[in-house]
Amino acid sequence: MEAEVTEIVLSTRRLDKNFGSLVVARNIELNLPKGARYALIGPNGAGKTTLINLMTGMLKPNAGQIFLGGEDVTALEPQERVQRGLARTFQINTLFPGLNALEAVTLAVCERRNIAGEFWRNVAVHREAIEEAHDILVRLRLGDSCYQVTRELPYGRQRLLEIALALATKPKVLLLDEPAAGVPQEESGDIFEAVASLSDDLTLLFIEHDMHVVFRFASHIIVLVGGAIFTEGPPAEIAADPGVREVYLGKRKHG
Amino acid sequence: MAPTDTISAPQLYLQSLSRWSAIEIAFWLATLLPFFLFPNYLSLASQIAITALFALSLDLILGYAGVVSLGHAAFFGIGAYSAGLFSKFVWGEPFSGLLVAALLAGLAGYATSFIICRFRHLTLIMLTLGLGLLAFEVANSAHWLTGGSDGLQGVRIRPLFGIFKFDLYGYTAYSYSLTALFLFFLGMRRLVNSPFGLALRGIRENLVRMPAIGAASRAHIRKAYTIAATVAGIAGALLTQTTESAALESISFQRSADVLVMLVLGGAGRLYGGLIGAIIFMIARDQFSGIAPQYWYFWIGILLIVVVMLLPNGILGGLSKILARWRRK
Repeated sequence: MEAEVTEIVLSTRRLDKNFGSLVVARNIELNLPKGARYALIGPNGAGKTTLINLMTGMLKPNAGQIFLGGEDVTALEPQERVQRGLARTFQINTLFPGLNALEAVTLAVCERRNIAGEFWRNVAVHREAIEEAHDILVRLRLGDSCYQVTRELPYGRQRLLEIALALATKPKVLLLDEPAAGVPQEESGDIFEAVASLSDDLTLLFIEHDMHVVFRFASHIIVLVGGAIFTEGPPAEIAADPGVREVYLGKRKHG
Repeated sequence: MAPTDTISAPQLYLQSLSRWSAIEIAFWLATLLPFFLFPNYLSLASQIAITALFALSLDLILGYAGVVSLGHAAFFGIGAYSAGLFSKFVWGEPFSGLLVAALLAGLAGYATSFIICRFRHLTLIMLTLGLGLLAFEVANSAHWLTGGSDGLQGVRIRPLFGIFKFDLYGYTAYSYSLTALFLFFLGMRRLVNSPFGLALRGIRENLVRMPAIGAASRAHIRKAYTIAATVAGIAGALLTQTTESAALESISFQRSADVLVMLVLGGAGRLYGGLIGAIIFMIARDQFSGIAPQYWYFWIGILLIVVVMLLPNGILGGLSKILARWRRK
């Protein structure tokens, strides 16, 4: 089942993290090839979000390294990793409640274009940045509510805005922490549809509990248990793995 | 994709956010009324304009970036003493005095911004409070330079453009302060509608998300803090120049607390909040202290309690809510 040699865009080497005596990441070795669609699954408390926090720099590992496009980014600040093409979304909405969707995404675009420090001109003169922000919103079907203040957006649309903000950083790798968390099942398909329609070059890693969604969208699955990688492989292999059934699938079907 | 030679709808929308409204124009026209209606109160009007500029500078960091300060008078005071000392020891030309005050206050702001940008919430409030108290005691103990509690003596300001004297009636003073307020207001208005202004609002709305969109929040905060300190210094310098004196009061905790109260009364994060707050506060002080000089803070206390309980976004926030409801009808 091994594909031809592809470029690895994000990898970790022997990543360890513990909070006191609680081990949340143990010897994690991960390689994300360009354009991959990886799902990260595992029972609650397995350390899935922690792994995203480690890779994006929101947590510092106790040991190990993180490489982004071959560069060791372990010592870099989160925003420096974002500037190098590693973006994330949050399981719990982490938006700008008082900004509308257009303003929020325009801000993210301005940050990427290095014009967010400009204070002597109206933001409206930056036509290209605004168009780009608007295009991202339209692509995620947020075009008709882009002038609505974030806190008044329906929850499902806020989830999409999470993704829009991440896309505005023009990521090479996008880590999605339960993008459809809290969204009714019939709508969660829409969110993953939107994710799947993103460019083929974009490398994706997503955390998701709904196994239907995982098997439908993932090309590769990583099973995390107790802070360590239990097993990984193509969906069919994982589905057939009796060990996975025992630790994960058997215990809970739908998150 | 819209054709590149026309303005797109989203661009037009963002432009519309910074358009001048009729109320705004009316407000600025009304600031000219004291010349005709209250010629005996021009000195007070000048002090209101200066205080409004000071409140505007606090609004940039507090209202827009969400950086709370209880020591903002430090920069006002640095500006006030710089302008006074400059006139005493160098020369009394007012514009160069303003420039020097702005530079020194800005420098102090830049230096302290490296500490400020690392903290939030209560720690930040205590830090700014501590720095403010420090500045006060430095001014207090440097009696040989500042005159300590006696105030700075011998401030002499030359006429504006060599023509307009700072007289007792305050005609020149109010013209000067109001012009300065208006110009810096224009600058601030531009700033809050700029990409940087958007970034500051981003910091206020969600500091956690900022790094995740690639933003260096600390650099933004440092910049905003430096600008706010500079403008506060200019306000302080204006007070020294228009009153030809500088006192410890200009760098006191009381001044830091007052300006915070004004901003909260008026409504933080909406440019005019500090202006409205300064007008209400200063007029209330003038009127109430006429009735009972020792107790006038009693009324400010009541006003503050009523406003924060009933109007969480200040008087302007309340008004805009009423206006929005009325428009919907």
